[in-house]
Amino acid sequence: MSSTTQTTTRRDVLGASALRPDGAAKVQGRFEFSSDLHAENMLWGATLRSPHPYARLVSIDLSAAYKIVGVVAIITAEDVPGKKTYGLISSDQPVFAQDFVRYVGEPIAAVAADHPETCRRALAAIKVEYEVLSPLTDAELAIQPATPPIHPDGNVIRRQQIITGDQDLQGEIIVEGTYEIGMQDQAFLGLEAALALPDSDGKGIEMHVATQWLHEDQKQIAACLDLPAERIRLTLGGVGGAFGAREDISLQVHCALLALRTSRPIKMQYSREESFYGHVHRHPAKIFIRHHAKRNGEIQRIEAKMVFDGGAYASTSSAVLINGVTHIQGPYRCPNATVVGYAVRTNNPPCGAMRGFGVVQACYAHESQMDKLAAACGLSPVEIRLRNAMVTGDKLITGQVIESVAPVARCIRETDAIALPAPLAKTAHPLEIVGGSGLTSLPHNIVRGIGWGVSIKNLMYSEKFDDFATARCQLKDGVATLKYATVEVGQGFVVLAPQIARSVLGVDEVVLDTVDTGIGSAGSTSASRQTWMSGGAVDGACRLVRQRLFEHVGKKYNIDPLRLVIEDTDVVDMIGDFRISVIEASTGVLIDETFEHHHRPTEELDENGQGNCHVAFAFVAHRAVVDVDVELGLVKVIQIATAQDVGRVLNPIAALGQIEGGIAQGLGLAVMEEIVLDKGKMRNPSFTDYLLPTALDAPSVVAVMIEEPEPQAPLGAKGIGEPPCISVTPAIAAAIRNATGRELPRVPVRPQDICF
Amino acid sequence: MSVLVPRTLQDALQATAANPSAQLIQGGTDLMVEINFNHRKPTDVIALRRVDELKSVNIDIKNSQITIGAGLPYQQMEHGEIALHLPALAQAARTVGSPQIRSAGSIGGNLGTCSPAGDALPVLSALNATVNLQSADSSRAISIHDFMVGVKRNARMPGEIIVSTTLPIVSGWQGYSKVGVRNAMVISVASCCLVVDRINGTIAVALGAVGPTIIRCRETESWLAAQVDLKAKTTVSPNLLQEFGDRIATESKPIDDHRSTAAYRRHAVAVLARRMLTRANAQ
Repeated sequence: MSSTTQTTTRRDVLGASALRPDGAAKVQGRFEFSSDLHAENMLWGATLRSPHPYARLVSIDLSAAYKIVGVVAIITAEDVPGKKTYGLISSDQPVFAQDFVRYVGEPIAAVAADHPETCRRALAAIKVEYEVLSPLTDAELAIQPATPPIHPDGNVIRRQQIITGDQDLQGEIIVEGTYEIGMQDQAFLGLEAALALPDSDGKGIEMHVATQWLHEDQKQIAACLDLPAERIRLTLGGVGGAFGAREDISLQVHCALLALRTSRPIKMQYSREESFYGHVHRHPAKIFIRHHAKRNGEIQRIEAKMVFDGGAYASTSSAVLINGVTHIQGPYRCPNATVVGYAVRTNNPPCGAMRGFGVVQACYAHESQMDKLAAACGLSPVEIRLRNAMVTGDKLITGQVIESVAPVARCIRETDAIALPAPLAKTAHPLEIVGGSGLTSLPHNIVRGIGWGVSIKNLMYSEKFDDFATARCQLKDGVATLKYATVEVGQGFVVLAPQIARSVLGVDEVVLDTVDTGIGSAGSTSASRQTWMSGGAVDGACRLVRQRLFEHVGKKYNIDPLRLVIEDTDVVDMIGDFRISVIEASTGVLIDETFEHHHRPTEELDENGQGNCHVAFAFVAHRAVVDVDVELGLVKVIQIATAQDVGRVLNPIAALGQIEGGIAQGLGLAVMEEIVLDKGKMRNPSFTDYLLPTALDAPSVVAVMIEEPEPQAPLGAKGIGEPPCISVTPAIAAAIRNATGRELPRVPVRPQDICF
Repeated sequence: MSVLVPRTLQDALQATAANPSAQLIQGGTDLMVEINFNHRKPTDVIALRRVDELKSVNIDIKNSQITIGAGLPYQQMEHGEIALHLPALAQAARTVGSPQIRSAGSIGGNLGTCSPAGDALPVLSALNATVNLQSADSSRAISIHDFMVGVKRNARMPGEIIVSTTLPIVSGWQGYSKVGVRNAMVISVASCCLVVDRINGTIAVALGAVGPTIIRCRETESWLAAQVDLKAKTTVSPNLLQEFGDRIATESKPIDDHRSTAAYRRHAVAVLARRMLTRANAQ
């Protein structure tokens, strides 16, 4: 809707801590989030949801709801003109429930009315008759062939094994464990919201929405509406965080259907409670894992069984599973593997993408094992990890050779070199002590612990997926205009893109065009991929423009374009003394280029889990220092030291922000964040009871960024969004184990897990 | 929905007399959540936030008591004279929500909602506070113990406004501790207020979030008073300390819910009570 112009005196090129153009507006409450959208004459939309985890839909009676003054339309499954289902990988999720409801919160109908309160009354007046069925809520039960399927596609969404090397090898040292990870919520602060504006001919929609991937939404909405994709025009609404939860469709199709039905603009927005029901969560998982090693600690073989609970619908479960099984070895060499993983369907809330995407679960299991292995071999947590650390050229259990820069040992060593925090002072302020404002503990109640976590994370999409990114650059009168469909969810592309243009083109003024479907796809803002992919696209478009500029200047001043380079804000002849400002050089001309960046192709895994399925990898080490009140089971994370393999730092302050934010999210999973389920029903769908870390829970973060530019990456920079939140969780759990001696096979670690 | 915003206590009392079933709102930190969740749909609301008389504080040193207006925000109890005389109340006030919530929430709201997790309530119970109620034509003062009658139920009559609470200034150690799964801004999993009265040689222990309402541990209190001389600082033996905690746990009546387990809550109040008794005798 609006475009932003940035002019700077300090040159905010690549490498500078350029500030976000939307930062001040967000801090001051002026930023327009999707929930602030408004249109003249608009109606409000709202969703009726299932109260049952599993039931047959017997009948829906809308008559009483239609009698309410102000109700304009009510739609159900019958009113979906196109495909009745949607989904990111397999289209198995109904737009509205048809025969069955399979989770608490499944949409059944949507209402358009003159006011949110009218919508609420209309929803209450819809009479739905259910035949309540016994829900399947145990993921391991879902694997059993005897368990009746709760969906026509069956209960096993995907099974994938990885079989490589000696299947019978027994190590001199064998350690094993079963680890569980609870269901985490992305808990973004900007709730789901959209505004749909119907075309006057009733055959198209303009939609403003907070999402992670405009073109995927466009494709799925078009299929359900039975309209050509180009008639669904999406513009990015202001996004307040995503973390994976906006990768799936939530209210988009409902909102579009209501707009077409009523021929009026429709605004939909979720409350916090509805948001918990309206988006996918992180997969809870149960992982058995056994390590075989030599007495010196060298890993020889892993055996693992991993079960991911995908909830009622598939979403990205099959890809999450692949990430889980292919990362279960961790950043360590392992020649032999016997691994099997399942992503299953249950009547629990659907699970899908969340920061770390399957690797979080794997990492908690393999890092817990590394400490067991260290203890069994009489080695320190650092030594066991250094002995097994993988390097570039090592072969993964999938047979894929690590071609990425792989400074695993350096991540560990540089983290180890970070100074430990001072011991807790006897005179420490009460708020600095475990228990915080609750004043539960005194310094003598507290034991300090140290723990380690190291991880490997794939970057971009895997298994043959060509998740390319598109960007367009126009240069005119010294001003560069960038156009792309790259979604800004807070990660900072909005500041990075102009930095790239300034570096490549020598301009200072960069205009960012509206982010919409008026250009090719940018792919999803997920999988730590936008700096690499959309950064590569912007870089490519800018380089094409620069080439054209050099040709123009060369022709005009009779210089071979090959001799021209950009120096600060000038076009300069490398050999002669010709120099002209970019502004002057581009005055009166319009150069316009579009570039698509594709990463190298990948392969699918074969039946034994072999194949070059991933594009590239990033690594990180975390060391956690925690204070534990052992008797009460309370924890305060004091410090996280980290060294992260970032390739190249493009914006130091933005990079540090990603690292600190990821650590806070990983801390949440370690000690407090969990959706508590009881027979498929959420017990805590609110911020009163779903606890996120506060400022008093956030540790001091000491971060080292390891810069070994990645040759594959267009800007030398690896994705940095996911790694910070992956190994910090096991590091914190290990630190609590170190302080308490407890085994702690499950996260989040609860007080009663520590003190009993 | 009608909303009256009286500016004086007199106007507020007349408004409640005219409409005794009207919903009273003070800071709204409980009620607005309920309304947003559609759990309650009040038709008539009387907002008390603009009534300055409800924010008054009267420190009566001569009679060793403090009367705090029902609408005084928690934030104003965290420091200053109230904190000096009633440190347990200041500590409880600091544990309530965020700074924004503490600028709105009040003891009157805690009493009105009467949740067992209300942070001020264990302090009021341990200090044997008096709740002062007023209606257009009468006023009464009742003990906190008679005021709290059950889960989210209290003895306020239609037409009455909780105007203030009167708390004694006690000579001796007092404190409030609260367990939550976060270091701040967290609802209570279990809490404990312990007050030692050195003049009278008594101790009071009140527990929050471990029963349908605040629990006063009277049996343990009198048991301990019989074991040691509470008029003087004494070292409590480890065995006695252990039994003290065990008895506190026995008097609690916690449940399992999504926030915690009954077993943990029972354990936590025992630990908190032991620690506070130790602190009381150390200082």
